[in-house]
Amino acid sequence: MTGRRAVITGVGVRAPGGRGVKEFWDLLSSGRTATRTISSFDPAPFRSRIAGEIDFDPLAEGFTPREVERWDRATLLAVASVREAIEDSGLETAALAPEKLGVSIGSAVGCTTSLDTEYARVSHGGADWLVDHTLGVDQLFDYFSPTSIPREVAWEVGAEGPVKLVSTGCTSGLDAVGHGAELIRDGRAEVVLAGATDAPISPITVACFDAIKATSANNDDPAHASRPFDRRRDGFVLGEGAAVFVLEEREAALRRGARVYAELSGFATFCNAYHMTGLRPDGREMAAAIDAALDQARRAPADVDYINAHGSGTRQNDRHETAAFKRSFGARAHDVPISSIKSMIGHSLGAIGSVELAACVLAMEHGVIPPTANYAEPDPECDLDYVPNTARTATLDTVLSVGSGFGGFQSAALLTRPEQGRR
Amino acid sequence: MTGTASPWITGLGVIAANASGKKAYWESVLEGRSGLRTISSFDAGGYPVRVAGEVLDFDAGQHLPRRLLPQTDRMTQHALVATDWALADAGLTPSELDDCSTGVITASASGGFEFGQRELQKLWRTGPAEVSAYQSFAWFYAVNTGQISIRNGFRGHSSVMVAEQAGGLDAAAEAVRLVAKGTLRTAITGGFEASVCPWGLVAQIPSGLLSTEEDPRRAYLPFDPDAAGWVPGEGGATLVVEDADRARARGAGRVYGRIAGHASTFDPRPGLGRPPGLARAIRLALDEARLSPEDVDVVFADAAGVPEQDRAEVEALARVFGPAGVPVTAPKSMTGRLYAGGGALDMATALLALEHGVIPPTTGTASAPPELDLVLGQPRETPLTTALVVARGTGGFNSAVVLSRV
Amino acid sequence: MLSLEQLVQALRKSAGDSDVADLDGDILDLTYDDLGYDSLALLELFATLKRDHGIELSDDDIFELKTPRATLAAANGKAAA
Repeated sequence: MTGRRAVITGVGVRAPGGRGVKEFWDLLSSGRTATRTISSFDPAPFRSRIAGEIDFDPLAEGFTPREVERWDRATLLAVASVREAIEDSGLETAALAPEKLGVSIGSAVGCTTSLDTEYARVSHGGADWLVDHTLGVDQLFDYFSPTSIPREVAWEVGAEGPVKLVSTGCTSGLDAVGHGAELIRDGRAEVVLAGATDAPISPITVACFDAIKATSANNDDPAHASRPFDRRRDGFVLGEGAAVFVLEEREAALRRGARVYAELSGFATFCNAYHMTGLRPDGREMAAAIDAALDQARRAPADVDYINAHGSGTRQNDRHETAAFKRSFGARAHDVPISSIKSMIGHSLGAIGSVELAACVLAMEHGVIPPTANYAEPDPECDLDYVPNTARTATLDTVLSVGSGFGGFQSAALLTRPEQGRR
Repeated sequence: MTGTASPWITGLGVIAANASGKKAYWESVLEGRSGLRTISSFDAGGYPVRVAGEVLDFDAGQHLPRRLLPQTDRMTQHALVATDWALADAGLTPSELDDCSTGVITASASGGFEFGQRELQKLWRTGPAEVSAYQSFAWFYAVNTGQISIRNGFRGHSSVMVAEQAGGLDAAAEAVRLVAKGTLRTAITGGFEASVCPWGLVAQIPSGLLSTEEDPRRAYLPFDPDAAGWVPGEGGATLVVEDADRARARGAGRVYGRIAGHASTFDPRPGLGRPPGLARAIRLALDEARLSPEDVDVVFADAAGVPEQDRAEVEALARVFGPAGVPVTAPKSMTGRLYAGGGALDMATALLALEHGVIPPTTGTASAPPELDLVLGQPRETPLTTALVVARGTGGFNSAVVLSRV
Repeated sequence: MLSLEQLVQALRKSAGDSDVADLDGDILDLTYDDLGYDSLALLELFATLKRDHGIELSDDDIFELKTPRATLAAANGKAAA
């Protein structure tokens, strides 16, 4: 199966600040932010009371009341993104062989938001260790193991090939797309719906990040709370979202005259084997992932036109990542534009890797680099070009996106413009 | 995955309700000793589900650093210890392995559910300030891969697959592919489950898939006319996958076998009138192994114990192998269904069967349909070269793995 | 007044026993790092001190208070000797 290549022919996004790809891109290219005070529950008892929330009305988007009642929000966001991606690709899924249609969806926390709500119900608000089974809703098993997410995606498009949920914490969104591309390269699928979703803005998730003080407590100024690479940053801002791509085998996509956004030409992931939440300042494993992704795509650091950073806005991440870029790019690290869209939409955990890849695809499409918003005070420890506050026009042929997550996962994906042949 | 160059499985570590440790587990399985009991780690008397395969005789403090205990769910403690055992079984010392070409690919299903219940209770009863810092990772699906990688210093390509009971086979196949492609030289794969806690049980009861029979001997009877659901279990297995040349060069003591083929498929959406995907997964896995159904000496069944699912599995096996065309067994009748741990434990059992030339029995079940040659009561001694392991995850996931002796 | 015994009890409860030292021995001037505790363990310790003893230490203290003696001094409101 050598020679098979995986290309992106459709994109769907649900992210804070708007509905769908167009509004997502409008927000990113304008440098506006969509982080705000949490509205989905009363955040008063929490240390961090802010998040990047989506104004998402599933009924208005055509989901049935039964689906809205039974599906976790992460599932709804994923399927909404799938519908947009399919339409964007112009693919007739009904005409495809179901056996050659695959699904690879990433999610860090699955249906945790539903588990949180349902736990409160069956435990009478935490009163009973022996929780009450008579209060359990009949779809509870769908939340117990979050395979309901890829199942609904598979049913939406009629996929009967490999169907996967990849859950590698905050790199899930990159890893699921990397895995989806592998399914195509290996010939195990011709078309893969690949992407990621997370809707983690629930009390238990907010509380656990409070406990490790990883999230920003800048509750008085939520719109400017996510400040990656800025000296005043004080943690990440939680977010929610989904992004899904139609991945196709390149030759088949060209044969049907599809618009090819980009090729996923390199993907690699490493573990830091260091700490479940901590990062070593030297960035060694992220650099290894970048080097391996470039190598796979037969590209050199000098080819990279833009890096979409993990840029979570924690001090340890921003230093770690800056060190990784210097390690992989040498002197060029100072010349290549780097930005973090988490400054505008927050950090949607497992989804963000795919949401950021979508930003990369759109950046290539529009020739515009989205900025790092809320950047005001440079940090001597982070001295690269973070594209502060204002989008920048540029021709983007080769774009790198990186991610870093709890558990030590460090991933890198490389997108290349399809017209450009391999060297 | 075909060819003699395909990676070898050189180490096993097992934890299950009937016994922990490879040797004790294998003896237990051959004797038909079941680990299914009335739930004893908490009072399940008020629940319609009373029986489970709990891992009770395992003291994590004897095996792990004490500071790891407060930050780990039991399923992670099992994973860390079984991985230590698997590495020792393979004769490998973690610090001597090349860190960047050694990776960890695990399956997860429900994460650290009991840990999660404790923290949810603190949150809802008292408030967010009570929630542990460890909740930020101790329950989530990626935790075992992360903790195994940290404990052993493995930095290579690592991942986590979630497909309920089918995930363990997918994770192992992914590990083998990564080694075969050269991304890794050694891979740790496996899966673990320890969700037998009040919240874990209550989250499953509404599905109607779990057995409500109170007698442990009668609770899980796959393929039996009296089958009435499955029993949830705890534990799992770790497998060490190695590049064959490397294993040969270092003089690996024991080679259990190799994954000669794998495939995963998904069932069609209900109501389309299309057949389920299990038979297709088996055929694709055999194709990848370049083997035909006649080459398979034994099948380790998914054995849901849910009548409708049992019928579908019997049908799929008959379609591929012919009626009663191959010996079939379900040692999981002694451990319960382990979800994330199920695929890995079935593979470990199948590899031990290949090694010893004996098919362990299915217990509990008194009679099986005539189209199924189910190994009942006593183990069956027979030369074994190739085993098929099948698994289905709730929702429509099908996976099949062909294991061959080297 | 928080005693060393209470501190050790809170440490065991929140972060697990030390794997490298006997917590009942002379640990006053050993660093948490030497005792095998990371920053998450200290976050847990501080949360426990707040819950069980009403002692509130700041986020920065996690990096400042490197030994049990320093923690006791801060908790009991006097400068470390």
